[in-house]
Amino acid sequence: MADYEVIIGLEFHIQLLTNSKLFSSARNGYENRPNTNVDDIDIALPGTLPVINSKAVEFAIKLGLALNCKFNTTSIFSRKHYFYPDLPKGYQITQHDLPICEYGNLNFPTKNGIKAVEIERIHIEEDSGKSLHMDDINCSYCDYNRAGIPLLEVVTRPDLRSAEEAMDVYKALRTLVIHLDICDGNMQEGSIRADANVSIRKHDEKIFGIRTEIKNINSVKFLGQAINHEFHRQILKVESGQRINRETRLWDSHNKISKPLRDKETILDYRYFPDPDLPPLIISESRIRMVHNLIQELPIQKQIRYQEEFQLTANEASILISNKVITLYFEQTLKLYKNAKNIANWIINEMQLSPMITIFQLAQLIRLIDDKIVTTKIARYIYEKLLNNQAVMPIEIVADEKLEIQHDCEILQEIIKKIIINNPTEVQKYKSGKTRVFEFLMGQVIKNTRGVADPNMAKTILKEYLDQI
Amino acid sequence: MNNINTLTQASIALKFGKTTSVELTQKCIQRIESIDENIGCYLCVDKIGAMKQAIDSDARRKFNQSLGELDGIPIGIKDMISCKGLPLNASSKILQDYLASYDATVIRNLRSKGAVIIGKLNQDEFGMGSSGENSAYKICKNPVNLSRTPGGSSSGSAAAIAANLAFGTLGTDTGGSVRQPAAFTGTVGIKPTYGRVSRFGVIAFASSLDQVGVFGHKVEDAATLLSGIAGYDEQDSTSIKISVPNYNLTLNRDIKGVRIGIPKEYLNKDVALDPEVKTCVENAISRLRTLGAKVYFISLPHVHLSVAAYHIISTAEASSNLARYDGIRYGPRIGFEGGFKNLYKETRGKLFGAEVKRRILLGTFVLSASCYDSYYIKAQKIRSLIVDDFRNAFTLVDAIICPTVPSVAYPLGERINDPLKMYLGDIFTIPANLAGLPGISIPGGFSKENLPIGIQLIGRPFEESNILNIAHMLEKILKINNEPVK
Repeated sequence: MADYEVIIGLEFHIQLLTNSKLFSSARNGYENRPNTNVDDIDIALPGTLPVINSKAVEFAIKLGLALNCKFNTTSIFSRKHYFYPDLPKGYQITQHDLPICEYGNLNFPTKNGIKAVEIERIHIEEDSGKSLHMDDINCSYCDYNRAGIPLLEVVTRPDLRSAEEAMDVYKALRTLVIHLDICDGNMQEGSIRADANVSIRKHDEKIFGIRTEIKNINSVKFLGQAINHEFHRQILKVESGQRINRETRLWDSHNKISKPLRDKETILDYRYFPDPDLPPLIISESRIRMVHNLIQELPIQKQIRYQEEFQLTANEASILISNKVITLYFEQTLKLYKNAKNIANWIINEMQLSPMITIFQLAQLIRLIDDKIVTTKIARYIYEKLLNNQAVMPIEIVADEKLEIQHDCEILQEIIKKIIINNPTEVQKYKSGKTRVFEFLMGQVIKNTRGVADPNMAKTILKEYLDQI
Repeated sequence: MNNINTLTQASIALKFGKTTSVELTQKCIQRIESIDENIGCYLCVDKIGAMKQAIDSDARRKFNQSLGELDGIPIGIKDMISCKGLPLNASSKILQDYLASYDATVIRNLRSKGAVIIGKLNQDEFGMGSSGENSAYKICKNPVNLSRTPGGSSSGSAAAIAANLAFGTLGTDTGGSVRQPAAFTGTVGIKPTYGRVSRFGVIAFASSLDQVGVFGHKVEDAATLLSGIAGYDEQDSTSIKISVPNYNLTLNRDIKGVRIGIPKEYLNKDVALDPEVKTCVENAISRLRTLGAKVYFISLPHVHLSVAAYHIISTAEASSNLARYDGIRYGPRIGFEGGFKNLYKETRGKLFGAEVKRRILLGTFVLSASCYDSYYIKAQKIRSLIVDDFRNAFTLVDAIICPTVPSVAYPLGERINDPLKMYLGDIFTIPANLAGLPGISIPGGFSKENLPIGIQLIGRPFEESNILNIAHMLEKILKINNEPVK
């Protein structure tokens, strides 16, 4: 096992967040009732013709720029033919010989720092419809809502050498398309689907083994599982002297196994040829420049900046960046109050990534903690009060409920004296060496001060008194 | 009414209140009902719809709100073109009982100018054929001589003009399907520049070659009708944003000094050109000379490859364009019980006609991975050589003249079992499709058997007005009597 290395190349299908479909004006949204978002073009009525959605082209340019690709000034739409009931025209319009852009790279964060994978190409194509097979009643239904939804296909070079790397690439690409506002990144609904080409070789070998393709994976976890499973399956085959078939496999996430789909060597002839209904797509320098101006800081740049400038851990940075709403929330809060580390900590750990209070409330709350006006515990209490109440500010709750940390030594001394008098048994235990009782007594202090006692001061006084007895 | 035979006559009569749209439409329908049984032009006549449109038109005219020269004129439409609510069958069993759910752009344009859509016209199935015999519904005959073919694939569109069953008709032309039947029936047919007329709503045969064309008795009729349908359409990505002139306004320009080319390759011995056709074209050329045109021999060195290239490109595209007819979403279906593979096999196997299947098979073959380079790519290279040939020729001349078809209308049944001979009949029309150029066929005379002979003029891209003008001048000097048959 240790002798082998896994070779992975990935292909992604990214559904674009355009209002309408790639070649028709039907609404882009396949979640609605079946066959409600279709027009004459989507179901290939006789005489209909495609017209390219320029927003989809803009999105392709955006992703191409973000992945440092080289653009083809002229790219060609081709027809890919096969017969299937959910493919209305009998062909899919895609880019074959000349895609919109090629030769890029994606930088992606890993636990061992930032790595890069080369991008072979990005091309524009349309999605097919969906078939629903009702085996029990021996019947199939077609839903054409998805037919014609714009997709970008991103193909990486076989540069990846572990399932973890592949998973990191999947995550990074998802984060990227979310930040570019070109895809909703909803993996469960298939907004960004992955295919993995997997082969193995011994460490000292130069050429790759025969590859298999695992298709249609829609979760990072499944991608990792599928690759590792395929890695082991191929090793077992090779070790037992068998040949690996070049084939397409499907990952069964429920049983955690892959199954062959069809033999790629006897694959259908797709009969590609340039679509005569669509003139070549011309991308001008000025158009690329215009799209370039729309692109803001990329997630990988944010990742580096968060780590270097704010001393966040790689994991903290990734978490904040993986959700665009959270990224924005974090950066806006940071504009109001400059403690990135604590803001990050609150958003991730205390708020569990659900920004239910305003950035003003959060900024002030963290400032109250930092200025030692309230304890963390009290801050949590205030946070609960702020939920669903955008009108009130933390400082007002502190004032109203007298939640400031009690720094008055004399008041604390009085309270602690009373506690010692009221808990003779515990004090006795403490004196006999059971020092764990100290925590109980501290608890009593916090309870009797409604939690506003300066914890360090209370600790010192309590210890002093106990030791005096 | 009896002296109203052409679109222009009808238009003038309407304008001066000599007739009404209702009267014209009624007469058309009556004539169809009385004689079309023997000809076979119409697949369906929209009596009620046409009368409604005619009544509307007359009402507009009454209130001085006429929409122009086409308002109230009964127009017939080839079955390839989608007219909302009417059958759209492409003369194929695979679209039997299919009703169009929307108007093609050309139909929308016609309606916006008040034209009366009278019905759907017979054709070769999916535009594939040159004799009209490939219609899955009925054979269309040549009104000039009922034993002869009217040509194809726009058989009904040409025959309906020749028999006066419409004042204008629309056809489609992929390799000559407008010009060739025009020649055979003694009518005028023009195929405009590729991109001049929208293909949206027109059933695709070969997308890079298809273009909607028009028929009329006289050049001026065709000019009026073409002005009515042409223009950029954002729903057709291959249509071109160039303004459309009123073709009627440029019809009487002097052609003195206009340079006209004769492709010398067309006079080669291996081109089976009927001597009567040759004589007729020579006569036309000498008449053009008398009008002051300068005639030159030119060379189109690759044009002899055009039929072969055409049949590779057109069948490749057809095999793809016809993939959608699968019985899944619309149209009749056969073999539904045997799973979807059986459904495809049975539906497409039984409902497409023999010629259509022949072309789908050929197209599928030339697109297959192992043949693609040696057939499809090579044919595309030939196509660009032919484009260059014409470009070079048009630096020397303003228009090209040649026969429309090498022969006159042949007897029905003569070539139906000899596809190659049938294909070769398109030798003069195909090059204009490959090069995307406008071409017009006008009657140039008659054979001894009294069958019409077509003269073709080919022009530069988007210079329809130029060839229409030359054709019009030629038509005037030739004084061909192509009055509708009784």
